[in-house]
Amino acid sequence: MSLEVNIEKKLNGFTLRSEFTAGDTATALLGASGCGKSMTLRCIAGIVKPDMGRIVLDGRVLFDSEQHIDLPPQQRGVGLLFQNYALFPNMTVEQNILCGLKAEKDKAARKARCEEMLRAMRLEELASRRPAELSGGQQQRTALARILVGKPKILMLDEPFSALDSYLREEVEGEVGALLAGFSGTALLVTHNRDEAYRLCPEMIVMDGGRVLRAGATKAVFADPQSTTAARLTGCKNILPCTRVDEHTVQLTGWNAPLHLAARVPEGCTAVGIRAHDFAPCAPGAPNALPVQRLSTSENPFDWNVIFAAPDGTTRLWWKVSKANLDAAAPAAPQCLAAAPESIMPLVDSRPAR
Amino acid sequence: MDWYPLWNSLRIALISCAAVFFLGIFAAYYIAKLPRTVKGVLDVILTLPMVLPPTVVGYFLLLLFGAKRPLGIFFMEHFGVKLVMNWYSAIFASIVVAFPLMYRTARGAFESFDETLAWSAQTLGQSGAWIFWRVRMPYCRQGILAGTVLAFARALGEYGATSMIAGYTPGKTATIATTVYQLWRTNDEAGAMRWVLVDIVISAVVLLAVNLLEKKQKAGGRA
Repeated sequence: MSLEVNIEKKLNGFTLRSEFTAGDTATALLGASGCGKSMTLRCIAGIVKPDMGRIVLDGRVLFDSEQHIDLPPQQRGVGLLFQNYALFPNMTVEQNILCGLKAEKDKAARKARCEEMLRAMRLEELASRRPAELSGGQQQRTALARILVGKPKILMLDEPFSALDSYLREEVEGEVGALLAGFSGTALLVTHNRDEAYRLCPEMIVMDGGRVLRAGATKAVFADPQSTTAARLTGCKNILPCTRVDEHTVQLTGWNAPLHLAARVPEGCTAVGIRAHDFAPCAPGAPNALPVQRLSTSENPFDWNVIFAAPDGTTRLWWKVSKANLDAAAPAAPQCLAAAPESIMPLVDSRPAR
Repeated sequence: MDWYPLWNSLRIALISCAAVFFLGIFAAYYIAKLPRTVKGVLDVILTLPMVLPPTVVGYFLLLLFGAKRPLGIFFMEHFGVKLVMNWYSAIFASIVVAFPLMYRTARGAFESFDETLAWSAQTLGQSGAWIFWRVRMPYCRQGILAGTVLAFARALGEYGATSMIAGYTPGKTATIATTVYQLWRTNDEAGAMRWVLVDIVISAVVLLAVNLLEKKQKAGGRA
């Protein structure tokens, strides 16, 4: 069970060049809005036709520009959950779900499978309601039921939580997480939220400007995003310009002391990434100590955000300090911050040629 | 009182409204998908009968269907049918003037359609015809209903082009509209008034029915 995508499509402003493979584990497509991730899903579903390339699902060619193969969406066996769920407003929950059973001709079997799905998605009580009478979470469950009842080979979710109120989001996310983990096939989740990607998908693909920047195990991508854009998309607050000194040392712009990294610094390294949680106060002169000056402090429910300036006055540093409880006092401003060599990520500049 | 004009007007309006219903939806559906420039040109051509004086429409219809014109001669020779000065001649006039109303309202409705509904139906394996009749049409039904009513009302009230292509023959081509004018012209003011009242009643009933239908739909609940 696997998906191979290698497509090219000219869009307004940029060219989408999507190339990746995905196996049976849930895979996140992470990227900023307009980076081509939703368009990639639409190409896989057959709604949008790529200019060229190839899409293969479980060994079956869905699209191949050279062989002139372009299966219609109806024959692709693809489940796509739209951001707005796209429920048919004139039909009840039950009728919507029955729409997903096109292939099943036997009336009794249709009814049985629909009822089974209503039960599995906890929609039995809502079967005769129309979409407008459902909450956001219920609408999403209906849309998922309508997709899953047809037993698709691949499940693709396009920003599934963006239409939900924030208090609903966590609850629904838990349900979708269970569903993704239990789905026997390829599952793709499009999101711009790194936390969602991290929590729900063991594998991830980072996209920017229509290109795949980085693909791999989610934890590995977060630990070593490799490029400045991928670092930013995975939520790294401190991306500090630097010059490479040797295999394990860089010189940061704005500070005089060299910085030691555990990871090998590649040629062409232009910045290092340090996550805001990975700093610790230290004495001047300690390894990797960066003299800093506090600019401002802001309080979140569960952590403090402290922003510092480098001695040159322009470079900024973000430090996040977790709070033991809501009333925890603001941390005293240290003279120096240091990050362990293991938590400094060497990065190369990755702005794609457009 | 001779009720022929009422019966004639109603059958002309119903037949042309039915024709316009399908023609308008068909044109709206396909033209909504066309590139912008082509759409603009077709839009002007198809909407023209709405703004042109009905006599101009009648003139063009006579150019096409007249007894000595190619189409008129063709139908006379092959089917023995005279296209003008018959009761059904008014149907051509009504179709042409009512079409833009149906076309424009239906197109507006189709353009506001949420295309993700069609896409999701496709990925669920549903055919294009299914999507059109089960999703697109119900979604756009308010606009289509409004267009149908406008088209019916316009067809019922059509006078100018009708009087040119069908004329006024009592008991043959007379419609409510042409009868009102004929009676007024011949100083039968009371007779004209009777037909005016009949026309007002029909129009009011149609509009009332539409309002009730809309209310019922809203009460039924819909996204």
